[in-house]
Amino acid sequence: MNLARGSEATAVSASADTTATEKTVSGKRWRISPCRLMVRLISLMLFVSFWQFAAEHHLNLGLMTFQSIPAPSEVLPALWNLLQSPKVGNHVGNSLYRVFAGFFSATLAGILLGLMIGRSRLAADLLQPPLEMLRPIPGVAWIPLAILMFPSSELSMIFITFMGALFPILLNTIHGVGGIDARLTATARSLGAGRLRLFAEVILPGAAPSIVTGLSIGMGTSWFCLVTAEMIAGQYGIGYYTWESYNLQRYADIVVGMLLIGVFGMGSSVLVRKLGDLLIPWYQIRGARRHE
Amino acid sequence: MSEIHAGHIEARDLSIDLGNGRENFRAIERVSFNIASGEFICLLGPSGCGKSTLLGALAGHIPLAAGCLTLDGKAIRGPSSERGLVFQQHTLFPWKKVVDNVAFGLKMKGVVADERRARANELLKLVGLSGFENKYPVSLSGGMQQRVEIARVLINQPRVLLMDEPFGALDAQTRWVMQQLLLQVWASIRTTVVFVTHDIDEAIFLADRVLVMSHCPGRIREEIVIPARRPRGEEWVTSDDFIHLKRYCLDLMRDEHQLGHGAKNESELALQFAGAFI
Repeated sequence: MNLARGSEATAVSASADTTATEKTVSGKRWRISPCRLMVRLISLMLFVSFWQFAAEHHLNLGLMTFQSIPAPSEVLPALWNLLQSPKVGNHVGNSLYRVFAGFFSATLAGILLGLMIGRSRLAADLLQPPLEMLRPIPGVAWIPLAILMFPSSELSMIFITFMGALFPILLNTIHGVGGIDARLTATARSLGAGRLRLFAEVILPGAAPSIVTGLSIGMGTSWFCLVTAEMIAGQYGIGYYTWESYNLQRYADIVVGMLLIGVFGMGSSVLVRKLGDLLIPWYQIRGARRHE
Repeated sequence: MSEIHAGHIEARDLSIDLGNGRENFRAIERVSFNIASGEFICLLGPSGCGKSTLLGALAGHIPLAAGCLTLDGKAIRGPSSERGLVFQQHTLFPWKKVVDNVAFGLKMKGVVADERRARANELLKLVGLSGFENKYPVSLSGGMQQRVEIARVLINQPRVLLMDEPFGALDAQTRWVMQQLLLQVWASIRTTVVFVTHDIDEAIFLADRVLVMSHCPGRIREEIVIPARRPRGEEWVTSDDFIHLKRYCLDLMRDEHQLGHGAKNESELALQFAGAFI
């Protein structure tokens, strides 16, 4: 029936089906209206004012109390002090080193194991049972064993951040590999790709968006694990600084430590996300189209 | 481009089983046919008749249960770039730009980047897609993506072009444009084509010969030679002969429809199977 029509379509060119998509490619940027920005700023200010008020008046709410909580007006000078002291580089540097050492080894191990488990039934049967056994154990629960297992406390802390990041990366890699359309691999094989080339050309890039998600989650969990580990086993490090401040009753410094943890934790996650996005430009276009 | 050696295909008493364990069933039962070098064959049949499965076997993705299947006298074992495969949609590599998708086959052969891109650009020109080299597939329309698919498969100069309802997901207008494009391309690159479709018009417009399949289990029910001269265009699809052939096929398909009973989605099953196999 469709063949009876279409007298103007005899000249075969792409023009007929191009126009529809051209528009959608140049995705528009998201902008927050000034009005909504104001509301958000006000919300933030209200939160800080409440904190200031509660801390200043030693507010006692029954279930919780602000008796010993430092006010923002004390935290800011304490932050300024720390930033000016030579200690800060030492604490931040140590924490960053541990996080990235643990995170990078987890990245290598997670992606490698994930690709193997995702692609080969034998690898899945061999590797998955012990990993499944370890998976529900949170990284933090490894602290006592890690101290026993590693001669240096430095290595044990790196191990704990490793355990924290490993499973999000591993599981997302397996998931990403599993989600690759069988037709894509079939097509690649029919175009002459051998088994090894298939990995480099199809499996890895196909799983990449999911891997990037795993990496950014893994970065979050490795900070979480590191801070706890430093509180127990550390010398230097932001977690250690926070806990030490509690022990020395320098309460404003506790909040300074917390703020630093937040800033660096978020900063590393954003960094991972941005770097990851650079690896999957094609995925960004797709995302932009979906939002429209 | 013209140095392609078109292959001839022979199938003898071919049977194929699909599904694992208890769900195992015979999808194709004792099918025999010959396809000559450079011939354009359409496999026509209702969904679930095993036509995609048969194509999967030709591609080397689905193993045979019995019988033999040869290309130029050599048994087909596993996928090869000699037998190019085009699916319905979404099988371009989304992470590669259009030109690199097309050049993929040459990359696998170890051709250097400059040369393979130059040849990819030639083929993109042939399918009317010059100017889209550096786009990602996601920003192309369905019809344009199928053009890229065709270019990508042709760059390997396959002896056989296997197409699994390649235009099935396109709107009627675009499909008509693509059918003409395919014939135009085929006129310059004369390879053997096996084209799976459930669209009677499409089959009669394109093919030298239509093999009508019946299902449960899949068999070839009838062979219809399409006598029309090439190049074909609107005069062919509006001619009395065309209408006559179409009516004949409609009758065949109607019988088939009454015989058929809720067949499973065969191409999906075939895929699962292929997935386990690759």
